[in-house]
Amino acid sequence: MEKSHPVVLPLKKRGLNFEMLMWIFTRLSALAMYALILFAIVGALVMGARTQMNMADVLRWGFMPNSNHVQSTNIPDIAPWSTPFWRLTGSALLLVAVAHGVHGLVVICDDYIVTERGRKIVRLLSIVMMVSMSLIGLYLLWQDLLLG
Amino acid sequence: MGLTRNVGLSAALRYKGQGPMWTFILHRVGGLGMAIFITTHLLASFLGGSAGQFVNDIYENWAFQVFIFFCVLFHAINGLRITILDLFPKLIPHLREAIWVEMAVFIPTYAVAALIIIRNGLGG
Repeated sequence: MEKSHPVVLPLKKRGLNFEMLMWIFTRLSALAMYALILFAIVGALVMGARTQMNMADVLRWGFMPNSNHVQSTNIPDIAPWSTPFWRLTGSALLLVAVAHGVHGLVVICDDYIVTERGRKIVRLLSIVMMVSMSLIGLYLLWQDLLLG
Repeated sequence: MGLTRNVGLSAALRYKGQGPMWTFILHRVGGLGMAIFITTHLLASFLGGSAGQFVNDIYENWAFQVFIFFCVLFHAINGLRITILDLFPKLIPHLREAIWVEMAVFIPTYAVAALIIIRNGLGG
């Protein structure tokens, strides 16, 4: 099998535009999500998950550190799991994931919608979706603390 | 804009892109699956009520969990492979070897997890 050897342009010749920034954001946000998920899993183990939760519960907490996700486990007290610290971690994961995901949907749409007008509509819808999903997620993470 | 692709569906299906093409397609399927799942999950938690319960019942089903775990695990492992190769472009000539490494991680991990989900789902 012959190997392809792609030409790698130096950064100056590649230019720096919004698409290029989103390209690097997609890669870096993937690493950030790995870090945040591992951080939440380590946090769960520190808070006693080793004896109070099974693997599926730990993963559910890891993918979104929201105390609703551990309600059904054997943890004796939910308070340490619903501190502002974990809500902030969850908010960071939410915002990074929504931005990464919505940009991914734009990339997929761009493969099938090729008119200038269509792509503008896709971008407008993507901004609406990103803002609304972020706000709904933040509401769900913080509602019982801030709104009683 | 000259961005139309003059490739019919049958020609597209006969294209033998091998590993790189299949990881590309599965990365898309996984990303789309997760985007739809997370959107409905957020909306269901937000709306609550019987509609929320209906959506909850769907993704507590073991068949859905087998699917969504495929989406999450494949997208995560393939995404890490893409990130490493893109941040270190000198590795790009070793793309196919990287995909073999990726499969060596993905297949056993997913197989064990899927087996456990299915076993629990069937009540064993």
